[in-house]
Amino acid sequence: MKMKQISRIFALTALVAISGTAVAASATMDKIKSSGAVTMGVRESSIPMSYTTGDSRFDGYHVEVCRMILGDIKDKLGMSTLRINYQPVTSQNRVPLVQNGTVDIECGTTTNNAGRAKDVGFANTLYVEEVRIAVKANSGINSISQLAGKKVATTTGTTSVQLLRKHEKANGVNFDEVYGKDHADSFLLLESGRADAFVMDGSILAGNIANAKNPKDYKIVGEVLSTEPIAIMVPKNDPEFKAAVNAAIAKIVANGKMPALWDKWFLKPIPPKNIVVGLELSPATKNAWANPNDKPAEDYVQKK
Amino acid sequence: MALDLGIFCKSTLDGEVVDHCFSSLLGLNQNADPSYLDWLMTAWGWTLAVAGLGLTIALIVGAVVGTLRTLPDTGRGSRILVRFATAWVELFRNIPVLVQVFLWYHVIPAFIVPLKMLPSYWLVSIALGFYTSARIAEQVRAGIQSLPGGQRAAATALGLTTTQAYRYIILPMALRIVIPPLTSESMNAIKNSSVAFAVSVPELTLFAMQAQEETSHGVEIYLAVTLLYALSAFGVNRVMALIEKRSRIPGFISPSNDAVAH
Repeated sequence: MKMKQISRIFALTALVAISGTAVAASATMDKIKSSGAVTMGVRESSIPMSYTTGDSRFDGYHVEVCRMILGDIKDKLGMSTLRINYQPVTSQNRVPLVQNGTVDIECGTTTNNAGRAKDVGFANTLYVEEVRIAVKANSGINSISQLAGKKVATTTGTTSVQLLRKHEKANGVNFDEVYGKDHADSFLLLESGRADAFVMDGSILAGNIANAKNPKDYKIVGEVLSTEPIAIMVPKNDPEFKAAVNAAIAKIVANGKMPALWDKWFLKPIPPKNIVVGLELSPATKNAWANPNDKPAEDYVQKK
Repeated sequence: MALDLGIFCKSTLDGEVVDHCFSSLLGLNQNADPSYLDWLMTAWGWTLAVAGLGLTIALIVGAVVGTLRTLPDTGRGSRILVRFATAWVELFRNIPVLVQVFLWYHVIPAFIVPLKMLPSYWLVSIALGFYTSARIAEQVRAGIQSLPGGQRAAATALGLTTTQAYRYIILPMALRIVIPPLTSESMNAIKNSSVAFAVSVPELTLFAMQAQEETSHGVEIYLAVTLLYALSAFGVNRVMALIEKRSRIPGFISPSNDAVAH
């Protein structure tokens, strides 16, 4: 009796294993199917891309896209329910957490560049970021050339720090850089007058300004300092999972859902405080939707 | 896993290998663009500068406040001083050091506007110094109170004033007694200086967070930073051991020559 039971269990597991591999030859998708859950990496305060709306709930442009992608993968795996666990990540730990499998899919504000592409995979770009300058509206600053010798804030652990260094070198100017430990801190430096400008991704600047006490006191000015693809991060050694994510993205784009999503997160009031980010759709982002690709930031530099 | 230490010889601007990786350290050559190694060394300098200034403030303020807490009750003036010193210790000991750094950087300059002129290096050193001073004050107080009561009585009997008693009798002994805990506290100053990254001082922790992001070589960067922190703290430890040995008076506190920290 007992032997029979054991052999039956063996047969059953073998069957499950075989059917599992038949549907998905991907470690990540195997894990999702067997555990019935997936871990999404999210940011705490990257409004409106990926942020918390309080009570450990997360939302945003990339988070909503990711929920659609995971819904598509759930259907593909023939699962009735899929539990999504949200794991907040930071600029420092997001790559290691995807590498070691803690996070299955990271939906934050990660720049797709060649350096990171050695460690992780990137899905097709849905958002192209432009690095801009935020200043106080009454400062009279309109261009980066006016920032020579001024205090310029940026956030530790972001690509903007290196970007500023390169700009100083290329144009022979000198900024007095101050570093915030996170974006909110950098914006506080601008707000309290410790910095004359805050150089960062346009969406982050717009989000922080929208969240400020008096959004009218600040404005985004000047030329685009750099163009970078912001992409959803997936494990490196799992091309099947990446292909499934990209297929889901293609479906979302083909169904014409992207303009509505842009409207919802960048132009309309968003939870929890009903602020309006007010960032118009850029031609670069529109181009990324029309021509799906996972080109790293380095390719965007050459294009200019 | 293989370590790629070559990353430190790369330029911080374009990621290319620089011409003078190690010779620039010795001041023999100058790189056109700084390498990550050059940057690491500058960052180390900032760490030592913050820790050094913070520790100097802490030792001076801590010794004074610790002494004040032990003043004998000779009237209203001394009672006020004792209360002030107690309040000082409780205030700076009960607030986390990172919060104190933010208070000095963001909050206090909003009320005392001239402080905005001070560079963040000074503000964070003051914050670190005052925080550490509360701990040093308690150790100095412990040292003073560990002395037999007869010492103070004898000083008074000789006709010394309170100031003279502290200057010639009590402090010379008490400060020697507390050198071992002061060693720990000095090493803590090196380690606690890492909070300076939060207010834009480009020290080792800020370097680690930024450089690992730029190079994607977090393991190598953090190993180097760990090594420098450990080296700095150990250096402080050796200096304090030397001070302990040099300032020792045989038979004065510990009768045995072996009782020196190793």
